[in-house]
Amino acid sequence: MAWVNAIVQGVLTGGLYALFACGLSLMFGVMKVVNLAHGDLAVVAGYVGVGVITVTNIPVLWSFLIVVPVMAVIGYFLQRTLIQSALNRGVLTTLIVTLGLSMVIENALLQFFTANSRGIGAGMTLVTGSFSLGSQVELPYLLLVIFAVAVAVLLGLQWFLSRSSYGRLVRAVADDQEAAQLSGADYRHVFGIAAALALGTVALGGMAYSMYSTLDPTAGTDTILLFAFVAVVIGGLGSLWGTLLGGIVLGIAQQIGAQINISDELLAGYLVFLLVLVLRPQGLVSRRAQS
Amino acid sequence: MTAAANGGRPDNDTPLLEVADLTVYHGQLRALDAISLKVYPGEVYAIIGANGAGKSTLLRTIAGLHHSTTGRVLLDGADVTALRPERRARQGIVMVPEGRRLFGSLSVEENLKVGATYARPGPWTIERVYETFDWMRGRRSQRTAQLSGGEQQTVAIGRALVANPRVLLLDELSLGLAPVIVQRIYGMLPQILATGLTVLLVEQDVSQALRVASRLQCLLEGRTTLEGTPADVTAEQVEAAYFGLTGAAAVLGEGSES
Amino acid sequence: MVTKAGPRAAESFRVTRSQRNVVWTGVGAVVVVVVLALFPYLVYSGTTSLMVQGFIVLTLASMWNLLAGYAGLVSVGQQGFVGLGAYFVLIFALHGLSPFVALPVAAIACGVAALPLWWLVSRLRSGYFAIATWVLAATLMLFIERFNSLGGGTGLPVPGFTGMSPTLLTAYTYWIGLAVTVAALLAVYLLLRSRVGLVLTAIRDDEVAARSSGARVGLARLLVFVVAGVGCGAAGAVLAISQLQVQPSADFSVSWTAEMAFATIIGGLGTIEGPIIGTVVYMVLQQTLASYNAWYLIILGLVAILVALFARRGLWGLVDEHLRVRLFPVGYWLRLAGGNDRSGRGR
Repeated sequence: MAWVNAIVQGVLTGGLYALFACGLSLMFGVMKVVNLAHGDLAVVAGYVGVGVITVTNIPVLWSFLIVVPVMAVIGYFLQRTLIQSALNRGVLTTLIVTLGLSMVIENALLQFFTANSRGIGAGMTLVTGSFSLGSQVELPYLLLVIFAVAVAVLLGLQWFLSRSSYGRLVRAVADDQEAAQLSGADYRHVFGIAAALALGTVALGGMAYSMYSTLDPTAGTDTILLFAFVAVVIGGLGSLWGTLLGGIVLGIAQQIGAQINISDELLAGYLVFLLVLVLRPQGLVSRRAQS
Repeated sequence: MTAAANGGRPDNDTPLLEVADLTVYHGQLRALDAISLKVYPGEVYAIIGANGAGKSTLLRTIAGLHHSTTGRVLLDGADVTALRPERRARQGIVMVPEGRRLFGSLSVEENLKVGATYARPGPWTIERVYETFDWMRGRRSQRTAQLSGGEQQTVAIGRALVANPRVLLLDELSLGLAPVIVQRIYGMLPQILATGLTVLLVEQDVSQALRVASRLQCLLEGRTTLEGTPADVTAEQVEAAYFGLTGAAAVLGEGSES
Repeated sequence: MVTKAGPRAAESFRVTRSQRNVVWTGVGAVVVVVVLALFPYLVYSGTTSLMVQGFIVLTLASMWNLLAGYAGLVSVGQQGFVGLGAYFVLIFALHGLSPFVALPVAAIACGVAALPLWWLVSRLRSGYFAIATWVLAATLMLFIERFNSLGGGTGLPVPGFTGMSPTLLTAYTYWIGLAVTVAALLAVYLLLRSRVGLVLTAIRDDEVAARSSGARVGLARLLVFVVAGVGCGAAGAVLAISQLQVQPSADFSVSWTAEMAFATIIGGLGTIEGPIIGTVVYMVLQQTLASYNAWYLIILGLVAILVALFARRGLWGLVDEHLRVRLFPVGYWLRLAGGNDRSGRGR
């Protein structure tokens, strides 16, 4: 029965991974950019959250209301300035610039905050408490809430893209940037909005992660970026809900791996990723259209 | 300039769209060499020429997608040369690009809605587009990638119309379409023009262009080889200008007296 | 309107591989290598150790340059080959082979390993390809850590050095590091001069055009990936020898990628000379700022961003523009009658 619990935990962690992944998928779908600093920005959000809570002493959950919008705005300006300049010069430059950004952020965090890990919400019942289903299955409150939030975020993104006029512009620009310009849309602004959404969601993920686990400067790349990427590939490039499915598969694989051998947790996840890459490179959710 | 030399227009009208001495390079290649034209309100001006003559480059430069090295583009007297394409679109220069370029993952109606996002006030609405092209209403939720070429072309035109342009740029409407479809699409032009639009179109199909245009210009290797009204020019002159044959009388600049 | 273009007056011209000055460069290079080879007799072991570090970075940077600057492949996972090279040396040494002899074998083994790895990730597009290489490297590390016979998560000392005097050990390590670096630079130079090199330079300049002209882009990339695997593996082998041990977290660390990427970018992406300059700059920065911990990496990152945005061809590119010097001639020069030289297809 420990296996059942492992699978349940895996499914729930999938929600956290979906939060990591949906921004990455969005940015690639809209502007063909893979932001190598994606995870590091989530860690920045976490540290900002820690800072805000320490300085203002507001309740943990209120800090989300400050951090997430702030990071979204930062995302917009980062896109309009740095990433757009890199995009104008080509894909190679964009990768190099985001790689540089990742390095700068990580080492700046290391320099100012040291390698010690931080967390938020330690001691809150939300973080430590759980439901019991039967004698073997524990449903941690935190993971349940994160999963619910992830689903809500994906629903929100789906609504935004399919129903709102800005969402329509985002999809149009993703389809054909030039044609969108001819219809009067400034694609740089639309890119900025996509980046704002991406950073907002990953900031949410980063804050959630700092409650679920602890933050350290290298978590951005070691954990968040790699897991986000794996979730996107498993789920299927171009599919938002695929990131949830991919996250769930990754989570389950990791938990099962941990059941077999406690140190094999990460390896199991990556092996499943490689398996998907070999057997079904387009991902589990078949792509209906370019996102 | 006399009225005849102006191609029949009174010379105190301000052209709605004017291109002055436009020179455009594609890297090292000179795609356009000091092109000038004037399009007056309500007329259909056609640019003809063979593949690679520079026609689409001209239209794209007017729309703002290419930079010109020298020369200006003026909308109703105002210099728009420095404006980005989306600003020009919002000011009223709207292009239907070569190859349709619809948003493939969006439905017909969504494509029209995108076109209407930055629309100027005017008679064209999505409703009106549905009334003009009656098949569209029933298929409006369909993704445009699934439509036929002719249907896509109509949607592309509709997308441009709902923006209520002042000048409508049409780039190679006939490209990749069967002649019957092309006829039908050009047949709708009068309906479109009845609302007071001005059209600058680029067309490889010379006969079609001659049928709808009030004035025309022929390009060859980026240079103007012929200018005038369909009534003024003979078939031989057009052929000579189109293919660049020496020995035929290629008429430049002033309209010919025939 | 036919343009009056008759056939151009036939000018006499010839096509050569290099300008006069390259003979001097060749001689100069040999002199430099000979001088460097004498270092163990001339300088303290502290300096030679530093040079070995530099050799490792230079080898890695040349490989990253080959990947990103010529084949258009941004790999953030070359540290996988570094670790693999180190561990291959360990494995062969555990079976009795001298680590110095094991080095070339380890390098080749890395090249072989590169084949299935390429197959796994080659279908992914640029950005996703980059992260996939990272995942591969992480997977390799996690996999190797499972083997206690290889030291598990903490690593093992590399056997085969007992009985060697320290000065001899330092000297041999230095020489093998020098040899690997020279071999790497030579390999890159010869590769780019070859027909594959033509394809690569075409990719570097315009990938779409290269593909449409029928160039065997996929094959060229595979070759580059394998060569880079060999090169990075050799660098990893030098690492194992110079450290006398293997350590998974250090040998597979992503900071290797950061070092090789930034050395290349700052020196000049897409030029053979670039990594040399970049490595020098990197080592200087590292030494002068070593006491400031993470600062030199922050500065390195910022400089790399600025260079990528504003000086695409790096420091060497700036030199090249003003002095028109080519140390490694891989381009073609068009010499017209009358003595004017016009450079052909760039580099």
